[in-house]
Amino acid sequence: MLRETHRHYKFDWITIFLFLLLVGFGWLNILSASHTTETIDYWNFSEPYGKQLMFIFLTLGLIVLVLSIDSKFYERFSSVIYIISMLSLVGLFLFGKNVNGATSWYAIGGMTLQPSEFAKTATALAVAKYVSDMNTDIHKFKDQIQSFLLFAIPAILVLLQNDAGSTIVYAAFIFVLYREGLPKIYLILGIAIVILSLFSLKFGALITSIVAAIVLFANHFFTRKKPSLIQPILILLACIVLSSSIKFFYQNVLQPHQKDRISLWLRLEKDPVKLEVMKKTFAYNLNESEKAISSGGVTGKGFLEGTRTTGKFVPEQHTDYIFSTVGEEWGFLGSSMVVIVFVLLLIRILHLAELQKSQFSRMYGYGVASIFFMHFMINVGMVMGLIPTIGIPLPLFSYGGSGLWGFTILLFIFIKLDSNRINEW
Amino acid sequence: MRKFLLFFIIIAVGVIFIFRLFYLQVYTSQTHDLYEDNAIRKVFDYPKRGFVFDRNGELLVSNQPSYDVMFIPRDVKPLDTLEFCELLKINKDQFIEIYNKAYRYSPWLPSVFIPHLSKEDYAALQEKMRKYEGFYIQKRSIRYYQTTIGANVLGDIGEVNNAIIEKQPYYKMGDLIGKQGIELSYEKTLRGVKGIKFIQKDRFNRDIGPYKNGIYDTLPQPGEDITITIDATLQAYGELLMQNKHGGIIAIEPSTGEILTMISTPTYNPNLLVGRQRSANFSKLYNDTINRPLYDRGLQAMYPPGSPFKILNALIGLQEGVVTTEDRFSCNHGYSYGGRKMGCHGHPSPLAMNGGIYNSCNAYFANVYRRIIDKYKDPAIGMDIWSNHVKSFGLGNYLNNDLSVGQPGKIPNSKTYDQLYGKNRWGSTYNLSNSIGQGEVLTTPIQLANMVATIGNRGYYFTPHIIKKIEGETIDPKYTTPNHTTIDKQYFEPIVQGMFDVYNFGTASTVQIPGIEICGKTGTAENFTKINGVKTQLTDHSIFVAFAPKDNPKIAIAVFVENGYWGSRFAGRIASLMIEKYIKGYITRTDMEDWILTHSLENEYTKPYSGEPFGINGASTSQVIPLDESLRSKKPEDSNIKQ
Repeated sequence: MLRETHRHYKFDWITIFLFLLLVGFGWLNILSASHTTETIDYWNFSEPYGKQLMFIFLTLGLIVLVLSIDSKFYERFSSVIYIISMLSLVGLFLFGKNVNGATSWYAIGGMTLQPSEFAKTATALAVAKYVSDMNTDIHKFKDQIQSFLLFAIPAILVLLQNDAGSTIVYAAFIFVLYREGLPKIYLILGIAIVILSLFSLKFGALITSIVAAIVLFANHFFTRKKPSLIQPILILLACIVLSSSIKFFYQNVLQPHQKDRISLWLRLEKDPVKLEVMKKTFAYNLNESEKAISSGGVTGKGFLEGTRTTGKFVPEQHTDYIFSTVGEEWGFLGSSMVVIVFVLLLIRILHLAELQKSQFSRMYGYGVASIFFMHFMINVGMVMGLIPTIGIPLPLFSYGGSGLWGFTILLFIFIKLDSNRINEW
Repeated sequence: MRKFLLFFIIIAVGVIFIFRLFYLQVYTSQTHDLYEDNAIRKVFDYPKRGFVFDRNGELLVSNQPSYDVMFIPRDVKPLDTLEFCELLKINKDQFIEIYNKAYRYSPWLPSVFIPHLSKEDYAALQEKMRKYEGFYIQKRSIRYYQTTIGANVLGDIGEVNNAIIEKQPYYKMGDLIGKQGIELSYEKTLRGVKGIKFIQKDRFNRDIGPYKNGIYDTLPQPGEDITITIDATLQAYGELLMQNKHGGIIAIEPSTGEILTMISTPTYNPNLLVGRQRSANFSKLYNDTINRPLYDRGLQAMYPPGSPFKILNALIGLQEGVVTTEDRFSCNHGYSYGGRKMGCHGHPSPLAMNGGIYNSCNAYFANVYRRIIDKYKDPAIGMDIWSNHVKSFGLGNYLNNDLSVGQPGKIPNSKTYDQLYGKNRWGSTYNLSNSIGQGEVLTTPIQLANMVATIGNRGYYFTPHIIKKIEGETIDPKYTTPNHTTIDKQYFEPIVQGMFDVYNFGTASTVQIPGIEICGKTGTAENFTKINGVKTQLTDHSIFVAFAPKDNPKIAIAVFVENGYWGSRFAGRIASLMIEKYIKGYITRTDMEDWILTHSLENEYTKPYSGEPFGINGASTSQVIPLDESLRSKKPEDSNIKQ
């Protein structure tokens, strides 16, 4: 069937179907979470559901545009796209609009645009391009640092704009680099530091150090090939230093609201009076969100029938907390379905990425899956109280034009790259 | 391996999420209940409480608007507190206290600032209300008593407490419920059923519209109006006569069992228990342990009935065949037995039944009683037969009627004495006082009234009740079914004649009413109190029972005046006046009325508490008070008294 003179495009309809399913169902929930009157005017642009419907229609145009550009364009111009994107982030310091404490928006006419939503795509392209370059060897330390820098720059820029949630998303690129051969030690080190930090905050430095010592020495004595004792002792020392300094970091570096969220998540507060106060202040969103989800039961209260949704009990419900609407109105069955559809989409992207012949396409696909995954895990985990409150949207679901367009571009560039797979050899 | 890391993590996260959802939505979730959902405000729509009419259609109880000053603490803006406090008649400290208390309860939910403003205070406040942001006035409906009489009959309503809410979930905090009287016994009829509106709230607790367009909302059902059997005119007259006296009057219509009057004095104005001063007034009444105005003496006071009880012994003697109307017994200023003597006053001797009744001879009834108890070899058998006969007159147990309070009284049987003296270790002389209504016998005034109604009916009674009519409902059949006594009808006529002769020649000959054939019986009951732990005898209670007319009686009455000395002195006069008032509609024995209105027993009641030594009965002083002319009954020609 291959004809060398004509390029063949074979779009992956499964991914497109899952994409449309999530966007459509997401919009129904935005409608539920944001309608205020009994009669619903779908084209009322002063209501979030009306605006989102417009965003969705514009997205269809965007998809056509992304798919019509030659797939080589994305690889060839990835560095240009990256630089423009970074400049747009830097420009925020000069022209940005502050919304809810984060300077992440450009105000253009009556609309706002969030460049960080597009920076993820640019970074995914740049990382894929850099690592897949013939001259880059991911096993070399210098190249490792340079590839880290590629996603550390946008991560730091958004952190400086007070958008810590988006910073964490850039950690997704560790998965991409690991797939391409990044030494295991980075992953182990990262996980160890996270576990050690949380353990120290929860149980204190002393207990953490003792437990670390027991684990390390037990490991040492039960290993058949006995290396010198110096290695575990050095690791232990590092552990003690980290464990003792994490409290300082927590107390002095983190902002008060971040401390509150971590304290809530790790259940650091025991005083029942203060817990009551917490429920009314910073834990309010989470508390209401859990209550709304829980009240849905097995089958949910039905579309547009959620009493807590209609009463707007969960703040920010149509944006970051959209999943609580699913929970209340569609119940366990509906929310499980959403989780399953997300998992299917992620696995589908991973599967396609593995099928790619070029390293660039594969890495980019991995980047797409990782970014979607980070958003999905953090957002849904947060809404259900499994993860401390981190304000990032649920891809394709949450209200917001920039978010929807960012994720659409991110995904459809990959669909375009994938469709070109059969033309590469 | 590197290929699968992210894949596994994604699957793991998906599984964890589904488990978490299962935990939240299936494991810990409760089924959705509109009443429990705090996103839905439940607004109750209170129906009109039913009105109360007397037997002649006179409106006794209606409703009046009451104005509560409400406020939402968070919405209150700085205001001229001095002026505001002055309007509400509170001081600044109270203002701050009420405010803080409500704020602690909830800053954004409405709380009551001042309940039940009077119309005058409301009018003054209303003009300036707009100046006080965060405050508003809520109209409620409370009771309005059109009369000052019958506090014990009508009762009152008050806010429910937690114990009631737990038992009856219909009631919510702040709801009103009948607390005493017919408000309590006919609570469900009077209150109706409140309606409910479900209103969707937002997270600031603001209403944003009816939940699902109101498909679950219900309309309130108004309470039913009721007509009670009380004759308000007679009730008012009885309360007038009982001024300055403690005691009770119960009047019953024998042919129906309807309670015509139910008086307990001292009483109070029912309007005291309405509105802003309710709780203050209630505790004042509740804590008045000398007068005990909340204690219904007509229903709750158990006294030894005294002589009226003798007529039952005569009836039982006839029924058991141990005595005939012609059997004569001699009386030598009393009845001597086993070295003891039960005294009696001076009268001709020996006496047959008729004379025994109208002279109220103790010796006569001692003989009859002994014949009843000793009819069989074992006095226990005679005792139980006697006891069952007495109980068939509605004595010794709760009447089981529609009054909110009551007492069973006490009628002994063989078990009573077995417990006191041991089996087979007692005989009729051990309880001879029962023959004259003392001893172990206790009755309430309403039981006595019912007893005399039964005699008027010649052998049956309808359970005394207070409900006459409920709109659209029939009266409970237990009030329209006669209860027959164990005494055959033919034995009643000689007894009725005896009671009639009490008025003709006997102890009540001074309280006759011209033109009405009254049958009655006086009674005098010894009574004791404890003063500083010492049992002290007080002046006897004055008791009188009567029915009239002799044939087809229209009214049966029991009057009880505490420490009134002998039966005809206070109780007899009052009973005759009440009968005349009811049957004729006006009073001809104004001399008797004047005597009652000018004689007070307040001295008698304060005497035991004075700490001074005092005498009783013959040594008691009757206190004469000036006659208030306006209280006297008017002649029929110059009045419009209902006939």
